[in-house]
Amino acid sequence: MTQITLNVNGTQRSAEVEPRTLLAYFLRDELGLTGTNIGCDTSSCGACTVLVNGESVKSCTMLAVQADGTEVTTIEGLASNGELHPMQRAFHEQHGLQCGYCTPGMILAAVSYLRENPDPSEKQIREALEGNLCRCTGYHNIVKSILAAADELRATATAAS
Amino acid sequence: MATTTASDTGRYVGEGVLRKEDPKLITGQATFIESIVPPGTLWLSIVRSTMAHARLKSVNVAHALEADGVVAAFTGPDLSDEWTAPLPLAWPVTDDIKIADHWAVAKDKVCHQGDAVAVILAESRAAADDAAELVEVEYEPLPLVTEVEAALADDAPIVHESFGTNKCYTWSLNNGDIDAAFKDAEVVVKERYVQQRLIANAIEPRGVVVLPIPASGEFTLWSSTQIPHILKVTLAMVMGIPEAKLRVIAPDVGGGFGSKLDVYAEEAICLALARRLGRPIKWVERRSEGYLSTVHGRDQVQYIELAATADGKIKGIRARLVVNMGAYLQLLTPGTPLLGAFLYCGSYGAEAYSFECTGVYTNTTPTDAYRGAGRPEATYAIERAIDALARKVGIDPVEIRRRNFLPKGEDVASPGGLQCDSIDFEATLDKALAMLDYPEFRKTQQARRDSGDHRQLGVGFSSYVEMCGLAPSKVLASLNYVAGGWDAATVRVLPTGKVEVAMGVTPHGQGHETSWSQITADALGVDFDDVVVLHSDTQVAPLGMDTYGSRSLSVGGVALHFACERVIAKAKKLAAHTLEVATDDLEFSEGKFSVKGVPDKAQTIQEVAFGAWSAHDLPDGIEPGLSESYVYDPPNFSFPFGTHICIVEVDTETGKCEITRYIAVDDCGNIINPMIVDGQIHGGIAQGAAQALYEEAVFDSAGNLLTSSMMNYLVPSAAEFPSFELGRNVTPNPTNPMGVKGIGEAGTIAATPAVVNAVIDALSHLGVEHLDMPASPETVWKTIQAAQGGAS
Repeated sequence: MTQITLNVNGTQRSAEVEPRTLLAYFLRDELGLTGTNIGCDTSSCGACTVLVNGESVKSCTMLAVQADGTEVTTIEGLASNGELHPMQRAFHEQHGLQCGYCTPGMILAAVSYLRENPDPSEKQIREALEGNLCRCTGYHNIVKSILAAADELRATATAAS
Repeated sequence: MATTTASDTGRYVGEGVLRKEDPKLITGQATFIESIVPPGTLWLSIVRSTMAHARLKSVNVAHALEADGVVAAFTGPDLSDEWTAPLPLAWPVTDDIKIADHWAVAKDKVCHQGDAVAVILAESRAAADDAAELVEVEYEPLPLVTEVEAALADDAPIVHESFGTNKCYTWSLNNGDIDAAFKDAEVVVKERYVQQRLIANAIEPRGVVVLPIPASGEFTLWSSTQIPHILKVTLAMVMGIPEAKLRVIAPDVGGGFGSKLDVYAEEAICLALARRLGRPIKWVERRSEGYLSTVHGRDQVQYIELAATADGKIKGIRARLVVNMGAYLQLLTPGTPLLGAFLYCGSYGAEAYSFECTGVYTNTTPTDAYRGAGRPEATYAIERAIDALARKVGIDPVEIRRRNFLPKGEDVASPGGLQCDSIDFEATLDKALAMLDYPEFRKTQQARRDSGDHRQLGVGFSSYVEMCGLAPSKVLASLNYVAGGWDAATVRVLPTGKVEVAMGVTPHGQGHETSWSQITADALGVDFDDVVVLHSDTQVAPLGMDTYGSRSLSVGGVALHFACERVIAKAKKLAAHTLEVATDDLEFSEGKFSVKGVPDKAQTIQEVAFGAWSAHDLPDGIEPGLSESYVYDPPNFSFPFGTHICIVEVDTETGKCEITRYIAVDDCGNIINPMIVDGQIHGGIAQGAAQALYEEAVFDSAGNLLTSSMMNYLVPSAAEFPSFELGRNVTPNPTNPMGVKGIGEAGTIAATPAVVNAVIDALSHLGVEHLDMPASPETVWKTIQAAQGGAS
């Protein structure tokens, strides 16, 4: 067992983990953060995407011990002060989810992508989402959601500057 | 969070009301099966056969039992006393169908890779998986067959030896004089199409948790399933558990697409082990494990022939299918292709119709329903064949459809024998063509051809009609289907004025809670947010037939409509009593019963509900409470229809196909929530297009699944699609008071042939007339080379 300490959704967490424990299972089984869903065993589907030091990471591709000392944001930590993140709100308002299983990973991947590219085209969004699979929506409304969130985030950034 | 948008009229039905399901799903507060872990849970790991066909000489779990954390381990023979019957088949389609015994854990023989041969129970998931590696299995390999037509050869290895054949059944349907139609035909088109095997890939893997109460013999089973009610009945029979002592709950379910419309070995195994050990048992499939053990879809060879006049008028349609059942019959395996049996005529008329389907056992994972179930296959065959006829007689694909469309109307008999009660095919075709600007497209296409550009354009059409909303129980009986086609709703107006709705249909992404709240809020004149929908738990909503076949709205939603009417009828009697008037003197509007002409003399439905609960002053003969139920059995299937048009760009140098435009005009009758309907169509299109271009489950000759994980089975991403352009036509369903039809599968049914027809159209000037799916770069490139006489 290995001792790790990391900041998850703004709280310091320490735990003893088996070296082989994947970050996805650590978040779910040890920390009880069950919003991170697991959809495959080949790091293909992206359902388990979280932010590690602000960058999107498939949490099944990372060992918990590799996350020692990092800052992790899961879907549970995205809203702040009871206010949904604009990306969460956009998915709701644009019907960007159906069964909702891919949604936490999809939202976090999109949040990370808009930090890299705040004003993407539809085509750029589609290419950026290649690592996140959805079987319900045909991606149509997911793309719309991300475009809407990008508009809002840019407007907020402009107003703040 | 704001969850509602009502129109100016104050009504919810017909509006794109935002979903009440969303808040928990976008914040990580949903409860999927993986999150259910009762105290003391043991984790189940299943050892699966590594051979596709073999006798089990020995299965030794001794070493596994010695491993850390392991509590128990069993082989098939160890557990054989647990089952009172094999896993269930609900659709024995013919009287002489050959039904192979399908045991949850193999006893002495395995028939496909993925058959369970031993089970391990441990205190942790990791310990169970580690110990599973220690089980020793000695196989005696048997000859095997994976391909459906090869399995019918005289010298084919036999999957189930006692039958002496791999032929499971043959089912046929004949209308009119088919031989005469072909004898007199001026033109005959003969086609062979392969419906490749698909894997559903709901993004949530399947899982099961069972919590036993040994002292009372009661069990609660959670399963990531579409069918909690059907599971309860069938598992009670398989396990010898009194039905009333088994509670089945489908928690939040992450997609189904037919793959969770089944009674699975793992559900029976978890129940058996919970009963034997008296502890909670949990199993969640790994994705690559699910690729072997969760049902696959499609996998059939289709022969379709059209007899026609020289000007392209169809006279006769003959379809013959050979369908791969896999190694066993799952819940609906043999019936699934027959859901298309009546639709090989598509939207078209003909004097004679002949259909025959042969089901065949092979050493592969069983097939069963996959989104559309039989209807996508039928639509693909006829829409491909009518394009082939168009080419043969030299008519435009749009014109040949117009010449053959069944007339619009409310009582149109189709060649397949359906009574189509609300169809208007020209209307959706015209709207879709207007969205495309067809003449302009053909000009652009010709310019590309003239320039010799390596990126060629093609257009594909698909005018479909389907039958969904399963369905009238009497019709299902005539098809040898065991269950009924009704569904149930209960509406309770609580003493506090809030409303509980308990539904027998069970969502897994469709937005039921929102749609049912819209219907209830309008019917009772209550606030949308005051309606809570209960579902997917056999103790909370005991009556139900669950969700599949695009039935939730056209069966369950209509039951809800009638239950609301009953609530209003009772409430009216109570209000009349309180207001001391006759019921005929009352009118009900916006949640209020008021005396005609005296609007101030009124009682709200909430006030009536409190009075019904307190029961202090009820009229004679009226029971307390304001709760009513309705069980609805529809008189007919419902018939959504429409036209889809796909534009593809094909790179003739690489064979790569890209969908550049996709237009869909669907008619699903009246609409409760257009946002949700559009979402269903978007997802359906993507799934249908995925079959056309990307997906295929492939076994090698040893029965190994080569596409064994998401790494090599190509579920498309957002990058593979454009945004879709949707239009709409509305022809209300005359058989129910809401005028509604289903829309869950229409997109998938329509999309596959639209895409493939477009690919062929793009290459037609190069001499290409046919290709089989998926139209991968390799297939397309080889097809071009072959058409041009090059090496392939």
